[in-house]
Amino acid sequence: MAGLATKFGSGAMTNSVEGISRNKALFVIGSNTTENHPIIALRMKEAVARGAQLIVADPRRIPLVKFATLWLRHRPGTDSALLNAMMQVIIAEGLEDKDFIAARTEGFAEFAESLVKFTPEFAEEVTGVPAEDIRRAARIYAGAENAGIYYAMGITQHTMGTNNVMAVGNLAMLTGNLGKDAAGVNPLRGQNNVQGACDMGCLPDVYPGYQKVALPAVQAKFEKAWGKALSPRPGLTASEMTGAMLEGKLRGLYIFGENPALSDPNMAHSIKAFNALDFLVVQDIFMTETAELADVVLPSASFAEKNGTFTCSERRVQRVRAAVSPPGQARDDLSIIHAVCSRIDPAAATSSAAPAEIFAEVAALWPNMAGMGYDRLDGDGLQWPCPTADNPGTPFLFKDSFPREGGKAVFSVVPHVLSDELPDSEYPFVLTTGRELFHYHTGTMTRKSKGLDAVAHEPFIEINPSDAVGLGIKDAEMLTVSSRRGAIRLKARVSDIVPAKVVFIPFHYKEAAANMLTSDALDPICKIMEAKVCAVRVEKAAA
Amino acid sequence: MNGEIIVNVCMGTGGIAAGAEMVMKAFEEEFASAGVENATVQSRCKLHKVGCRGFCAKDVLVDISVGGEVSTYQFIQPEMVKRLVKEHVIGQKPIKEWMAGEDYHVFHDNQTKIILHDLGKINPESIDDYLSVDGYTAARKALTTMTPEEVIVTVKNSGLRGRGGGGFPTGLKWSLCAANEADQRYVICNADEGDPGAFMDRSVVEGNPHAVVEGMIITAYAIGATLGYVYIRAEYPLAVHRLRIALDQAREKGFLGKNLFGGTFDFDIKIKLGAGAFVCGEETALIASIEGERGMPRAKPPFPANKGLWGKPTIINNVETLANVPPIISKGAEWFASYGSEKSKGTKVIALTGKIRNTGLIEIPMGMPLNDIIFKIGGGIEGDKLFKAVQTGGPSGGCIPQQYIDLPVDYEGLKSVGSMMGSGGMVVLDETDCMVNIAKFFLTFTQEESCGKCVPCRIGTKRLLEILTRITEGNGRKGDIELLQELAEDVRDSSLCGLGMSAPNPVISTIKYFRHEYEAHINQKKCPAKVCNKLLTFFIRPDQCVGCGMCAKACSVKAISGELKQPHAIDNSLCIKCGSCYDVCKFNAVIKD
Amino acid sequence: MINLTIDDKKIEAPDGATVLEAARLARIDIPTLCHDPRMKPFGACRLCIVEIGGLPRPVTSCTTPATEGMVVVTTNSKLERLRKTTVELLLSDHPNDCMVCIQAGQCSLQELAYRYGLRENRFKGAVRQHNRVDNNPFIMREQDKCVLCGLCVRVCDEVEGVAAIGFANRGFESDICPPFKKDLDCEFCGQCVAVCPTGALSGKMWAGQPRLEQTRSTETTCTYCGCGCNLTLHTHADKVVRVTSRPDNHNRGWLCVKGRFGYEFIASPERLTTPLIRRQKGGPLEPAGWDETLDLVASRLTAIRDQHGADAVAGLASARCTNEENYLFQKMFRAGIGTNNVDHCARY
Repeated sequence: MAGLATKFGSGAMTNSVEGISRNKALFVIGSNTTENHPIIALRMKEAVARGAQLIVADPRRIPLVKFATLWLRHRPGTDSALLNAMMQVIIAEGLEDKDFIAARTEGFAEFAESLVKFTPEFAEEVTGVPAEDIRRAARIYAGAENAGIYYAMGITQHTMGTNNVMAVGNLAMLTGNLGKDAAGVNPLRGQNNVQGACDMGCLPDVYPGYQKVALPAVQAKFEKAWGKALSPRPGLTASEMTGAMLEGKLRGLYIFGENPALSDPNMAHSIKAFNALDFLVVQDIFMTETAELADVVLPSASFAEKNGTFTCSERRVQRVRAAVSPPGQARDDLSIIHAVCSRIDPAAATSSAAPAEIFAEVAALWPNMAGMGYDRLDGDGLQWPCPTADNPGTPFLFKDSFPREGGKAVFSVVPHVLSDELPDSEYPFVLTTGRELFHYHTGTMTRKSKGLDAVAHEPFIEINPSDAVGLGIKDAEMLTVSSRRGAIRLKARVSDIVPAKVVFIPFHYKEAAANMLTSDALDPICKIMEAKVCAVRVEKAAA
Repeated sequence: MNGEIIVNVCMGTGGIAAGAEMVMKAFEEEFASAGVENATVQSRCKLHKVGCRGFCAKDVLVDISVGGEVSTYQFIQPEMVKRLVKEHVIGQKPIKEWMAGEDYHVFHDNQTKIILHDLGKINPESIDDYLSVDGYTAARKALTTMTPEEVIVTVKNSGLRGRGGGGFPTGLKWSLCAANEADQRYVICNADEGDPGAFMDRSVVEGNPHAVVEGMIITAYAIGATLGYVYIRAEYPLAVHRLRIALDQAREKGFLGKNLFGGTFDFDIKIKLGAGAFVCGEETALIASIEGERGMPRAKPPFPANKGLWGKPTIINNVETLANVPPIISKGAEWFASYGSEKSKGTKVIALTGKIRNTGLIEIPMGMPLNDIIFKIGGGIEGDKLFKAVQTGGPSGGCIPQQYIDLPVDYEGLKSVGSMMGSGGMVVLDETDCMVNIAKFFLTFTQEESCGKCVPCRIGTKRLLEILTRITEGNGRKGDIELLQELAEDVRDSSLCGLGMSAPNPVISTIKYFRHEYEAHINQKKCPAKVCNKLLTFFIRPDQCVGCGMCAKACSVKAISGELKQPHAIDNSLCIKCGSCYDVCKFNAVIKD
Repeated sequence: MINLTIDDKKIEAPDGATVLEAARLARIDIPTLCHDPRMKPFGACRLCIVEIGGLPRPVTSCTTPATEGMVVVTTNSKLERLRKTTVELLLSDHPNDCMVCIQAGQCSLQELAYRYGLRENRFKGAVRQHNRVDNNPFIMREQDKCVLCGLCVRVCDEVEGVAAIGFANRGFESDICPPFKKDLDCEFCGQCVAVCPTGALSGKMWAGQPRLEQTRSTETTCTYCGCGCNLTLHTHADKVVRVTSRPDNHNRGWLCVKGRFGYEFIASPERLTTPLIRRQKGGPLEPAGWDETLDLVASRLTAIRDQHGADAVAGLASARCTNEENYLFQKMFRAGIGTNNVDHCARY
């Protein structure tokens, strides 16, 4: 979020999913798209079938590699070195879009200067990707008329995640792949309404529509709209909250529809923090690992039991409609929140808990959604910005200018930074985490669906055959995997999907939670945790 | 010239099946031992493997040529070689009683050989042999003295039409292909000969593979293709082997690869082995198969000439068509067009089989009357039975009855009577063939070979076969003939590819010309040709039976009884009509009716 | 644009359109079984045959490009006879057990049988037997109902890029199966099920549940990843019994295994059904009434605020929940409690 917002003035996916099939080149980095965004991946496969060149950069041999023209198997945590080297090649070979750079960007000179040392040979040392492949990737990407970049948590869940995102933005700016159809910088959102939660102001420094709480004019706008005095002080990020809880600064927490006890890195640490609270409220549809720690649990409704809207990756606002009733006394989240809010301060609550009315209130506060209303959201919904009632929505952003002061995008210098925790003799493997096709997040929903649980029913660790031989491990053998923060037991899956010295564990399984192992080191800018790189030890489990 | 001795052993498939490899070995051994005694033999004698000689019924055929005088021997077996070497090779005295007789010469003299001209004469594994009969001069001429357009015009003017069955004008097809804007074009040789009983393409590839390679080179040059494929059945190992040798030899000579004949044109050929699916002879299915897909036809248009292999303009010609190209380029369009009939120029190679005396591979000028083929070249019906019909065009063709015996055999002639040229199969039927059974036989084949893609072919042929089967088993119903006709027409008119469109032809043509046989099966429950066992009654003529007991022994259901040396009798309530008794009786005492 | 005439109607079709597409643009009905506009034309079912001036025999309209000046006839007695025979042939190799078939009412073959009034069948004969049990958890394969339209094979290859199934065998015994006739082992996206025109492919979890026609449909958006696929929830007796997706949506009707088959959690017996309160630290969570619980939540949060300041209270919102809920949630914290301590876990 922060990375792209700095550069472009907006942090959402710049282009549309539909346009992917019209890309001439695709650069997918840190996204296991076929497993995590299966339907977006269909468009990528379609583009390849239509003759597009696909570059995949991923330490793992993800399924998309099968469709790739070129696969860059870089070491985990070396994304920005790889990206910088590609850009170094582009500039060295004169492949950049000079007109675009001149007309629509700033900060190029300093940026270009910063790239000089990132030769492909230097990057080969850092990333393990042959210099010639880096050159080829640069030429394919820069040589294509319409090239799109697609990324996800694979580059963001790092201590240098914001840097990685900035590097990705630089790459698109350098080649003029912004502000046009079938191109762009496209973060693929991992959950159904990440975009919406951000848009709605569920971030500690902004009101709905990314309007900064620290700006007096904005504060005044919202105070007027809500009829209440508001705090100008940005709040704590989710990851900072953990520390505040342990320090006793944060005493009451209300969580709805999330399971951070299992999804956050360094589980033992976060559980300790939740236990330190005076009062924890969890609102969910299942007794999650987090709910088990709560003082109050509020039974809420699943997506099939409530009305509202979701905003998907491509900024598309779509209707959610109730099809069945919630079980027992469970209620839809909106009525629960409305009831709590009314009890805290009736003046702060909306006049009713009717979704359409609340939506209208949002639309009045954020110009990008000003043209939307439930009456317009049937069928495919609308992509923001949609400023007026006759606006058809916006398939791609930045057509004429960037929403920054001066209207230009800014190049950022991205330094070479290593991951926070690197392997050593005690913890010799790099652990990277992620999802598998058949499960979603902490498995709260998917593991309660029989078929999905039958196909993917137990946790596993992927380990390269050469490492398995070194450790005397056989496929399906039980292993103990430990890090400085904890240890788990799970089955070995010996596979060359992972390179040597790298292991992979999906984080869906509470019985062997990957986040017992992961590190809670933070990105200094956006405070995301480094779930994609930490050091672990792998050994045969004691009988 | 006194003394050059050449021994040619037929190593076509027919020859090999008859023991040609043993014969060859016997010659080698005999030469080795005889050569020790007489140095003159070894130094002046050449022993050649040659391709199909055509007259497979007389294999193993061996030519011994002494000083240019050729004697052809028939039915040669290894044990006969010693005497041949001693008397003819060394003694220079031909062995008259082993030589091929008058019928051999009648068989050949009535043919016109363009394609088969060098078959059986040259060693198919030697490019030098091919060069010695002016091989590759046509390709050299085309590539070094003609423009691609001139090549196409020459082929157009020759009147050559596709020999794979469609009969589409070859030159026109080439020009349609060449007219496409494309970065890549392909030429494919269709050597996926799948008709039961057909061996034209196989014999040509086995006997003169360089002719096909040369034809492909010229085709590629004409349309601007740089890569060619030969799609050939894996069941033709000898043809594949010889083709591989030919390709290697051609590459070595600079006739394939880069800068052909020293010019700027590049072309090479790959071999793709088919897995034995009949439908892969259909051009779009063949393309799918080369692309690594299941061999299933695709709808046309677009035609391969516009969008073929990997979506690029592609020319698919069959083996015989391509083999016709070098002589057309060498001798000119007028020369070629001087053979054949008005709309069908040149010759046609035909695999002549069935109830015919001279089974074999023949080549006739287009338009030769059926009568000449069957009774002159073919030597008439085996066992002097009555000619009934001839099935042309393979399983997808039709049956032509006696009344059309003077029909000229060319594309138009065969089509006019409801049959087709096909790839050139000709199966002769006599009075002992049941036409319903014949239709059933061909439908069994096409049904099993249907790719399953389109409904009329997949299910329609199955239902046609079921109806035919029930008719031959005595369960035919009133209305079955009409139902067969309707379904056959619907399958013909709505199937996707040539297989389905033509699969009903045997049904349609046999009903058209032999409806009375169908009616006899259905209404009288009789098979006039006495073929359909379930419609027959078996009995024993007491006056002929000597009471040997063979029939009783052969009967698996113990339906035959009788005292030894007394006439036996069949209990028809037990008889399952298997026909075993009929087959074992040496006294013609078992009668079926 | 191409100008052509179909059934005496002058029609304008976009360049590159097939005859079938041109006809459908002009709302001319041509039956099809193996056609889906989302995939390449196949030309297998032979139902869309038409007569085109200048061509000697009927051709499939789905595969034939429309050309300038083309004259097309889509229906006459000959074409209808051929179509009827084709349907009759299909029915001659079909269980015709519509009474107990899950697809009844949605089945293209059933519709065609009805359209051509095929109560009798001239071609009764052998039928394929496919009784093999496939132990995968999601997809029911009743191959005796398969019409070999190839849509499943094509969607798996062309759209999904997986090619888990293909055609096998020849002639009447042709069928569709995974390699070596093993059990299906794929991504289980169910795209094949979605495009199957008959009951040959269905969801195992759908068996015995109300047929589609008996269900109520609700248009909504998928709750899993950020693709935002359109879902149609089919419900019966207040229970989701099937999930489909409309092809005219931005995800073109394609779903993944989670979206299509991952709905059982909705009716899971493990769902929370009542508010719970932990009345003392270390004690159990006990059921409670809504009013008591809501009062407790409000009073405890305001008490902490009053004692330790507004920034001692925080809220974690949800990237799973709706915009409206998230909006109201942050508003509660900002305007109600007075803190900007509101975030959610899925930040980038």
